[in-house]
Amino acid sequence: MSTATAQAPTPGGVRRPGVRARTAPDRPLLGTLGILALLLSWEAVPRLGIVPERYFPPVSEVLTTLVERAGTAPFWEAVGHTLYGWALGLAIAFAAAVLLGFVLGSTPRVRAFTTSTVDFLRPIPSVALIPLAVLMYGTDIRSTLLLVIYACFWLIYIQVLYGVADVDPVAEQTARSYGLGRLSRIRHVVWPTTLPYLMTGLRLAAAVGLILSITAQLIIGSPGIGQQITNAQQGGAVALVYAWIVATGILGVVINIGVRALERRVLRWHTSVRGEAAA
Amino acid sequence: MLKVTGLQKIYNGGSTAVEAVRDLTFELAEGELVCLVGPSGCGKTTLLKCIAGLMTPTGGTVELAGEPVLSPPPGMAVVFQEYGRSLFPWMSVRANVELPLKEKKLPRARREELVTESLEAVGLTAFSDSYPWQLSGGMQQRVAIARAIAYEPQVLLMDEPFAAVDAQTRADLEDLVREIWQRLGVTVLFVTHDIDEAVYLGERVLVLSNSPTVVQDDVTVDLPAERDQLGTRQDERFTRLRARVYAQIQQAKKGTAPAPA
Ligand SMILES: Nc1ncnc2c1ncn2[C@@H]1O[C@H](COP(=O)(O)OP(=O)(O)O)[C@@H](O)[C@H]1O
Ligand SMILES: [Mg+2]
Repeated sequence: MSTATAQAPTPGGVRRPGVRARTAPDRPLLGTLGILALLLSWEAVPRLGIVPERYFPPVSEVLTTLVERAGTAPFWEAVGHTLYGWALGLAIAFAAAVLLGFVLGSTPRVRAFTTSTVDFLRPIPSVALIPLAVLMYGTDIRSTLLLVIYACFWLIYIQVLYGVADVDPVAEQTARSYGLGRLSRIRHVVWPTTLPYLMTGLRLAAAVGLILSITAQLIIGSPGIGQQITNAQQGGAVALVYAWIVATGILGVVINIGVRALERRVLRWHTSVRGEAAA
Repeated sequence: MLKVTGLQKIYNGGSTAVEAVRDLTFELAEGELVCLVGPSGCGKTTLLKCIAGLMTPTGGTVELAGEPVLSPPPGMAVVFQEYGRSLFPWMSVRANVELPLKEKKLPRARREELVTESLEAVGLTAFSDSYPWQLSGGMQQRVAIARAIAYEPQVLLMDEPFAAVDAQTRADLEDLVREIWQRLGVTVLFVTHDIDEAVYLGERVLVLSNSPTVVQDDVTVDLPAERDQLGTRQDERFTRLRARVYAQIQQAKKGTAPAPA
């Protein structure tokens, strides 16, 4: 299921980071209407018997279950486990990708030397590592981390490589002519140039990391939302399965909103955020 | 002060080699304002990058105050033609001007003083907290100039700094350059493709030939120190100098490789 997702968003296709359409004024309204329509059909389809309620409980039942569960400690424990695996894995992948990207990316020879290896390793879906993870770490959190880190690392690393290569020669020469040393140039020129790419990588990795965190729990059975879904399924609690799925969706949306907000803050100066300005 | 001897630069772009600059020899005395004029593509930027230590020449040497230039020397500031790309969009105007001073490890109070003074000199005090992309092209180039003068260089290199700004702004900026030069006593090498600008600004004009480039002529500008946009340009001496530089450039275009002046 997540086999495709883990490798799908090829960062190579995301050449211009952060560029997106301006929000039209009636977008939020349309969005709300869309969600209402979805909820309504979800309620209607099982109630009208188009799909048996046994497999597809109406939305009211699912949401009630979700609200009930959200009042209990085990619910938040599971959410916590999932978020912990996600955040820690993402953080490690981020740090490693930035460090390696800057070191390897700024030396063209090393970059050329590693390209073929990267091209081989990158398309390997993280889920293919599940047997390996189980072999090494069992149901320990480290299994989850391995999968999350592997998937997130490449997404960020590739973006960092693009960013490091995108430094404007005029900016670079300006910095050199004003006596900025290698470290200063990395800090004041290369790093800000890379930031938009890095944020794109982070946004992709945050979404994929959540998927992998849950996948690991689902398949390996380490504690978290994924494990809860398996438990609910085995116990025949169909509404609960759906409740967890909805919760996962909400989590994804919240994470995406968070990353977007961070992006807007960090890239205030960038063309994608600053809006219309004189060239 | 600044001595260029037998400078040659050949670009090796894979299979084809471009000889951008063939043989340039000239010298700038301390505190001189010299304009370098030559047609587009004749290697002015190439020359400037060699002087700034940003590029290694194929042959010849550059010396600053008797020391060979092998990497960007301290005490030299460059104003690039592409001001939009030379200013850092992620930094405010103030931070842009201040960054080289931080790198020089100047104490905070001194940095503030220099930044304030230089922004005042270019008339941008009110915009110190703006970002470069919030400013017009002429204002951006003034920020680049402020950054250069705050650096307190002995030598200031300017590469067609006003090529992309409108005529009125350009006239103002030209006067600004002369004012800064007179006030700070800095040695200035001002590169342009505009003959009028070269004669109006310079104490001396070096005329470059077409590629492969040599120094075609070295013209001393005997105009009064105080120049103004209207009077000076109507001055008969101005017209005469202008005609001379123009003729030299025309001759250079015919491709008759002249003996170095
Ligand atoms: N990086 C480069 N590689 C190859 N050729 C170059 C490079 N930079 C400039 N040139 C060539 O060198 C010549 C001089 O360029 P340049 O110094 O930019 O001229 P100018 O500044 O006088 O317009 C031109 O013919 C240009 O095409
Ligand atoms: Mg040029």
